[in-house]
Amino acid sequence: MSDLKAPQMPARQSTANQPKARQVTFRGGGFAPVSHRWIGVAVFVLLITLAEIGTRQGWITSLTLPRPSDVLETFGELYSSGLLWTHLSVSLMRLLVGAALGASFGVAVGVMIGLFSYVRAGLVPLTAALFPIPKIALLPLFVIWFGIDEGSKYALIAFGTFTPTVVATYGAVDNVDRSLIRMGQSFNLSWFSIVRKIVLPGAMPGILSGLRISLAIAIILLVAAEMLGAEHGIGAYILEAGSLYDLERLFAGVAILSLLGIGMSAVISLIERRLLNWRQ
Amino acid sequence: MDIRLSGVSHSYDDFEVLQDISLEIPSGRIVCIVGPSGCGKSTLLRFIGGLEQPTKGEVLQIGTPPKDCLNPLTYIFQDFALLPWRSVRGNVSLVLEDHGIRGARADAIIEDVLARTKLSDFAKALPKQLSGGMKQRVAIARALAVNPAVMLMDEPLSALDSQTRELLMDDLISLWTRTPFTAVYVTHNLAEAVRLGHSIVVMSRRPGKIREVVHLEKPLDQRQYGDSDLEEQQKYLWQLMREEARAADAELVHV
Repeated sequence: MSDLKAPQMPARQSTANQPKARQVTFRGGGFAPVSHRWIGVAVFVLLITLAEIGTRQGWITSLTLPRPSDVLETFGELYSSGLLWTHLSVSLMRLLVGAALGASFGVAVGVMIGLFSYVRAGLVPLTAALFPIPKIALLPLFVIWFGIDEGSKYALIAFGTFTPTVVATYGAVDNVDRSLIRMGQSFNLSWFSIVRKIVLPGAMPGILSGLRISLAIAIILLVAAEMLGAEHGIGAYILEAGSLYDLERLFAGVAILSLLGIGMSAVISLIERRLLNWRQ
Repeated sequence: MDIRLSGVSHSYDDFEVLQDISLEIPSGRIVCIVGPSGCGKSTLLRFIGGLEQPTKGEVLQIGTPPKDCLNPLTYIFQDFALLPWRSVRGNVSLVLEDHGIRGARADAIIEDVLARTKLSDFAKALPKQLSGGMKQRVAIARALAVNPAVMLMDEPLSALDSQTRELLMDDLISLWTRTPFTAVYVTHNLAEAVRLGHSIVVMSRRPGKIREVVHLEKPLDQRQYGDSDLEEQQKYLWQLMREEARAADAELVHV
């Protein structure tokens, strides 16, 4: 066993002969999103505080920007008078019905486009033609088609959410892993089973991220829809405040819309967490 | 149930991929198909399972598959093809649901195949939690669940590291020794071919033709990693393929 002895370490040379040692510089940082939840809140707080200080000290005039505390006060009045709920319930109903109609038709048509090449050939150009039309421009037409009351508002919101949902959905269906579909065929799964158990769940991430955009568009169109012949609703409230140049109320209304948007996005995130927990 | 290919040729447009392939796959044996990349061996496997159709020639099933066989021709894919949103158990039950097998009957089958592939403890895990070797074992369990007459394996171990590959080969051999199954095993790895094949079909470069069929008599359960006679066979196969592989490597990809 003597020949298996570890080789003798060479005796340390004098330090003068040693090459200089330097730490290898780290250059692999960045490009990896990390969740810093509180920074978002901090930005809001900072901006609002800045506005508050500015309006109090006078370097922001009350014509430029309302004082945040006044907006909050207006919001408080709105809440205590019960008007908040009147406006919000009407708006939420419109949003819910319109977006649900638009999104469900959108998903249905998008899946059809993804699955059948004839439908694709027929409807993709049509969607491309409909997508860029500002739906607000069609409001008068919708009033004639669906009446001045709720019908036209539902239609406008539904139409606005429909096109982006279609585009997102067929893109998502196109992106479903073909090898999984092939696997389904190789096990003799029926066409319907393949669509239900492979294509739809596979397209779900794309559909949900499309829905995020569609629902934001729905909120934008809600205000547009309430421009015409709406007595109540957040949009009507904002428009009224705008025409009276009542900035506090205007901002209170806008803040409600923002909160609505954050709420919607949170709901989608929740659905994503529940439905897409299988993702890497 | 045997499989017979007679005069199978295939071309994309005017580009010939396979030329006049005739082959017998006898029941209860593993036939390995080896060849340089792009020789059409995977395409051949897709013909056997009916996922693609050859331009000429025919693929025949001889005899009827056993009665309890749900899906006579069953694939095992290189990329596992597991549904990421279903658990291990759900992935196996997927292929039973369409045959109306649910509840206690499905449970019995699923438990049996998971036990045979040593996955019983992982029934609830999602594919993202599994290692490559385990994923492929789930795919094997799924294939066993439908009681196939012929297993069609498309480079099943190629996506795995070499240690996992050894372990899975042992698993496949013990599965086969317990209940011999018929299999067509496509691979570019000659070591796998000499370990698992009762016969090895060597294909030549494009247009793919059968160059030679080598039969190995040694029983599967007596073949070991690094056996000298298997090494000898492997060397022989390599020498058959060497020039072809070099030429195939120098070829432009035809899209």
